[in-house]
Amino acid sequence: MSLAPDDVRRIARLARIAIEPEESSTVLESLNRVLELVGEMRKVDTAGIEPMAHALDLVQRLRPDQVAEADRRATYQSVAPAAADGLYLVPKVIE
Amino acid sequence: MLDATLAELSGALSSRKLSSVELTRACLERIARHDRQLNAFIEVGEAQALEAAQRADQRIAAGRGEPLTGIPIAHKDIFCTRRFRTTCGSRMLENYTSPYDAHVVERFDQAGAVVVGKCNMDEFAMGSSSETSHFGPVRNPWDPQRVPGGSSGGSAAAVAARLVPGATGTDTGGSIRQPAALSGVCGLKPTYGVVSRYGMVAFASSLDQAGCLARSAEDLALMLNVMAGFDPRDSTSLERPKEDYGRSLGLQLKGLRIGLPKQYFVQGVDPDVRRAVEESVRWFESQGASKVEVDLPNAALGVPVYYVIAPAEASSNLARFDGVRYGHRAADPADLMDLYCRTRAEGFGAEVKRRILVGTYVLSHGYYDAYYLQAQKVRRLIAADFARAFERCDLLLGPVAPSTAFPIGDKAQDPVQMYLGDIFTVPTSLAGLPCLSIPCGFDGKGLPIGLQLMGNYFSEAQLLGAAHRYQQATDWHRRVPRATPL
Repeated sequence: MSLAPDDVRRIARLARIAIEPEESSTVLESLNRVLELVGEMRKVDTAGIEPMAHALDLVQRLRPDQVAEADRRATYQSVAPAAADGLYLVPKVIE
Repeated sequence: MLDATLAELSGALSSRKLSSVELTRACLERIARHDRQLNAFIEVGEAQALEAAQRADQRIAAGRGEPLTGIPIAHKDIFCTRRFRTTCGSRMLENYTSPYDAHVVERFDQAGAVVVGKCNMDEFAMGSSSETSHFGPVRNPWDPQRVPGGSSGGSAAAVAARLVPGATGTDTGGSIRQPAALSGVCGLKPTYGVVSRYGMVAFASSLDQAGCLARSAEDLALMLNVMAGFDPRDSTSLERPKEDYGRSLGLQLKGLRIGLPKQYFVQGVDPDVRRAVEESVRWFESQGASKVEVDLPNAALGVPVYYVIAPAEASSNLARFDGVRYGHRAADPADLMDLYCRTRAEGFGAEVKRRILVGTYVLSHGYYDAYYLQAQKVRRLIAADFARAFERCDLLLGPVAPSTAFPIGDKAQDPVQMYLGDIFTVPTSLAGLPCLSIPCGFDGKGLPIGLQLMGNYFSEAQLLGAAHRYQQATDWHRRVPRATPL
């Protein structure tokens, strides 16, 4: 099963990556090459096999419900491309 | 002095035959001489390295030195550092300086190691050749027309060329072992969870593991002693008692059962690689080890499974690069969607975009079960093969990569050819097992060959012990690359 140009447009939008029209055929071709490679594992009979999400099948460790982190908003926002008054700035979302 | 191993340098520092300032200065001079050609470093910090070296000398003089105090090292540029930029080899983070240090960085600082700089790498650790870096390809010190392997190619080239005695790396599907093999140095990927991932830029979280590269197994033990340990800031960090990873360097080889996976000795492996690996197996036999043929029937599915799971997790992890909180941001966005889409189109290179797109597809509605869930099920079959193998043997030996270093540009246009080169490293990554790559010979072109030692969970000390015994009897790991003579 291979992807069509429309699929690439849909996936690129989901991934929030702009693809120029002139790149789209190269991208389509390379995605189809990769999907052909990984398609090998789709043929394996895995009936009754538990999916393995993690190498050691660990259970999520829980911590006591206590405040442990200091407020480091100013530090973290100091590396933001655009921030003011403690807020991240983005193009207008609501008219 | 520059040809000495980290362990030898550590001895010279603690007995005051050598000062950290002298050693650090020698490394910085060598970097200045050779790195224009190799491109192993993204950033070098001379002044701060010399300051750290002075502090280390004072600490040693005060009798508070540890094995790594005063030793110059380099960090792969995937580890967050406050004192250097952290680019991850990407335009997306070209001007990013982290507000905090990674756990691994803190550990080396506490041990008194001297950080000379940050090593070049494949962008976001996605690649097997160190060619996808935004800062240009790294060159192999054995032949500068060839790749050093990847993604920790800068670390491997820096250690091989004697620019530093040791460097950190990360391994998701072979990114420490394969560059170690192609560059003729030693590289260790510990058991998943042994080293904290805190402050390590995430690629595929169920596989990412930090490790180290150096010129001997003994050196790797010293480095892992510093890096390993529980960290509550990484939810997958393991709570285990502290270990000395050098405790088995005198390992008894007599009676050791060495498994040879038949899927690792097949057609497609370069005859020189196969010959060198088989010769090293014969050496272990000559020391009283026994040979067991083992079957890993699902190992060949490692590459297809890995190239579903790793891109899927990458597409999720790399969603954070949105042009809002840090990193590159596109100029003059029309709206929020345009900001996201153009920021990511401009900030990521072709291979990173390809993996994000593959990952997005395999996780998307209607395809999740057929790809991601199926890959996780086959992952369990691959891990079960190893569990069965370790009922019959103590460790596995095989090649690290099917060939030696290839010319720059050779596989850059064909992602599938590049991915297939990971055939012998991804199975153990999927299983989360510890593995080691050490030099075991050279091919007809004079390029280094790597031997892979794979062990059961938490068998790092045993693997390092077997490797150390081999290195006491051989000198492959002491050979100096042609392009960077001493």
